[in-house]
Amino acid sequence: MTVLSRLAGSNTHGQDSSYFLGWEEYEKNPFDESRNPNGMIQMGLAENQLCFDLLESWIAKNPDSANFKCNGQSVFRDLALFQDYHGLPQFKKAFVSYMSLLRGNKVTFDPSKLVLTAGATSANETLIFCLANPGEAVLIPTPYYPGFDRDLKWRTGAEIVPIKCSSYNNFKITKTALEEAYNSAKNQGLVVKAVLVTNPSNPLGTTLSKDEITLVLNFVSSKNMHLISDEIYAGTVFNSSSFTSVMEAITDKKWAHLLDRVHVVSSLSKDLGLPGFRVGAIYSNDPKVVSAATKMSSFGLVSAQTQHLLAGLLSDHKFMEKYITHNQARLKARQAMLVSGLKRAEINCLESNSGLFAWVDMRHLLKSRTFEAEMELWKDVLYEMKLNISPGSSCHCSEPGWFRVCFANMSDHTLDLAMQRVKSFLDSKINKNSHSYLKNSRRARSLSSWVFRLSFDDKEPEER
Amino acid sequence: MLSKMATGNGHGEESAYFDGWKAYANNPFHPINNPNGVIQMGLAENQLCFDVVKDWILKNPAASICTVEGVDSFQDIALFQDYHGLAEFRKAVARFMEKVRGDRVKFDPDRIVMSGGATGAHELVTFCLADPGDAFLVPAPYYPGFDRDLRWRTGLQIVPVQCHSSNNYEVTRSALEEAYERAQEANIRVKGVLITNPSNPLGTVMDKDTLTSILAFTQEKNIHLVCDEIYGATVFKQPSFISISEIMTNQDCNPDLIHVVYSLSKDLGFPGFRVGIVYSYNDDVVHCARKMSSFGLVSTQTQRLIASMLSDEEFVDRFLAESSQRLAARHSVFTGRLKQVGIPCLASNAGLFVWMDLRHLLKDPTVEAELALWHVIISEVKINVSAGSSFHCSEPGWFRVCIANMDDETMDVALRRIRALAAKKDMPNKAAGKRKCWQTNLQLRLSSRRLDDFMGIPQIGSPHSPMPQSPLVRAT
Repeated sequence: MTVLSRLAGSNTHGQDSSYFLGWEEYEKNPFDESRNPNGMIQMGLAENQLCFDLLESWIAKNPDSANFKCNGQSVFRDLALFQDYHGLPQFKKAFVSYMSLLRGNKVTFDPSKLVLTAGATSANETLIFCLANPGEAVLIPTPYYPGFDRDLKWRTGAEIVPIKCSSYNNFKITKTALEEAYNSAKNQGLVVKAVLVTNPSNPLGTTLSKDEITLVLNFVSSKNMHLISDEIYAGTVFNSSSFTSVMEAITDKKWAHLLDRVHVVSSLSKDLGLPGFRVGAIYSNDPKVVSAATKMSSFGLVSAQTQHLLAGLLSDHKFMEKYITHNQARLKARQAMLVSGLKRAEINCLESNSGLFAWVDMRHLLKSRTFEAEMELWKDVLYEMKLNISPGSSCHCSEPGWFRVCFANMSDHTLDLAMQRVKSFLDSKINKNSHSYLKNSRRARSLSSWVFRLSFDDKEPEER
Repeated sequence: MLSKMATGNGHGEESAYFDGWKAYANNPFHPINNPNGVIQMGLAENQLCFDVVKDWILKNPAASICTVEGVDSFQDIALFQDYHGLAEFRKAVARFMEKVRGDRVKFDPDRIVMSGGATGAHELVTFCLADPGDAFLVPAPYYPGFDRDLRWRTGLQIVPVQCHSSNNYEVTRSALEEAYERAQEANIRVKGVLITNPSNPLGTVMDKDTLTSILAFTQEKNIHLVCDEIYGATVFKQPSFISISEIMTNQDCNPDLIHVVYSLSKDLGFPGFRVGIVYSYNDDVVHCARKMSSFGLVSTQTQRLIASMLSDEEFVDRFLAESSQRLAARHSVFTGRLKQVGIPCLASNAGLFVWMDLRHLLKDPTVEAELALWHVIISEVKINVSAGSSFHCSEPGWFRVCIANMDDETMDVALRRIRALAAKKDMPNKAAGKRKCWQTNLQLRLSSRRLDDFMGIPQIGSPHSPMPQSPLVRAT
């Protein structure tokens, strides 16, 4: 018997989550407007497909970046050879100015404090390697992105302790929740090294309020911890002024002592819709973190070809301002379309101002206030409405009945069709005078056993 | 406040090796602007065939998703983040690997797993095969980067398998057994053997008997065999490259123990594109590695380019032939001129470097004397070469000299300087006299930590900073 590592044998990679069945089902019967109009619509994928026309037109007008050129001269050789883990200077400079733009220019960023990584997936893992020893813990507000279970815990040996948020106050972080999480960690004998927040939030689609940020900063200050702020959705805020980055918050002198304990994770996967290019970054004021993370980035550098293309794009300030404006407007319109469509079916969403998804309240459709009932409802959505959406339990939500529904990865027409399916299905249920969505089918009965089944080998949890 | 990993030295950059980089970075050679600067010969890069590649790129605009011809694919490529990678990419890489092995083996595209360069691949394989505290046996001399790549974040230990110049560094069965027993006595569980074939720093290929013997050893002990074959296409003359895949087809063995690490950084000269590959014959490893590859996927923009390039079989054949020829020529000129001045090199037929024998110039056969000589080479001869001790070589006096990362003119300058070095018969004494001031200025350290050719100097730049005259740096 060949022995592999314990890591290889564990399932901390998190792919046994029910989250991925939806993917599998979608792959078996993917919707296509013309070729498969009755197929499953993918609403479990937080991708931004709304602004490719803008990017493509920029590319058409900027052949140099596209074609390994700089001022008309070929730089192919230099790019092909460039593997400096400090990154292409021009790219980092452009990246930080873009980060600043997204934050209303209320903060300026120093390129020398930026570490490039292969996507935010790698950035998050790297930060944990730098901040926590194996067995130490990170506190994370729930609900949270399912991929954190893999990214933060798998190879690092770190633990996640949830900060439980709930609907009674719109899932806002409270002092009580923070303290409870901390005590829970202590009771488990865990040393807590950091709090990690996602701002704007995945899956909620909301930005942290200034009060919440103050609460969290006070907390990490008093407990002598780090704060990691995953701000990869910063460019999806419908209105820039409603977003406060932690970097902006700590410019206040009273947080001066925290400066080197606050770290931001950034990426181009959500704002620009470029997840395939694997562009992530860590921003930290602590030179030791920057130094260690930079060395670790050797294990996942950004392709120089991609750095060159994006350096050109991001340093075109005029274009980027225009892009941000259009992106925000289109996301806002799309979100409104989803929200009103669901409302017609008497389904409400958490009020949101950002993200590529809505946090949908389907509690009233549950047979019982249990996660089993949530799974049953989910199966209905999957097989009857033929929509792949993400159940709240996969995001570690403490209350059953919430679902994340994405809206930016399809056309208007497809979204409209999805909303029609929801309404039709629910109308038909009401007509049949039944509020029970438990189908007495073999499929539903086998659901429970399926949910605890192991291993969807071929599905990757890239989607956030 | 930070983790032990972040504050410790596992990254391997605290090393006397820095001095060479510092000297180079402070005073880089340029034929016109700085003809007396330090010539970089510590960088194993393949710069000989960019003209061939550039020509292909100009003729194949659709390979870029940003040209008029290719932009229709932009959206799909930009969105694609499936950790399986583009099918066309896997297929093209598998085919390329077959060609590099003379079509003597077949590679299954479904076993191709991406990683962040070979750097990422090695770490990834280690995470899959070994627990913290376990060990790999690694024949020495070996690439200094392994100290970081295999050990830093994984907790693996490396037990070197000592090889000697007296038998051309053959990896003998007894050397393997000795290393294995050493590990056992120290209560260290050996999980595998890692070989680099063709070898860095030796530039030699392993013959069939050696590979068969190593394979048999690992099979008997039921441990893994990881084969780093990243220099596979840098073989420029006989004997030909025999890959582990070929050996496997000829004998009964448990394939679950066999894994290959590959990359396009050396064969094609594309280290900047970060194309690393893990190819395992173990299904569980493929599945686990694929999940882990999320931490270092290849940019799809690059996957598309590589897929297009490598599926052009006519281009690939032409490139491989041309590269081989140019490496052969460069190798022949370099070793020939060294021979003329009485400097022997290990007979080699692969790699982007030669293993130069300067034992006769050492004051004593000690590491201290080697490092003293090294400092002379850097500061007086003004060439950055890599001291053998940084490769864990047990015999002082050997140096790895890279020969494929410069043009012919610069090579010529380097050779003239080396001739001057050879002429300094009394130089070892001079070295002893000057050592004190170097110790002050260059912080001569004899720690056992070694630096690989990928690591760099904080504040100055990693060893793979572009040349200062590169437009990529000038542009800022």
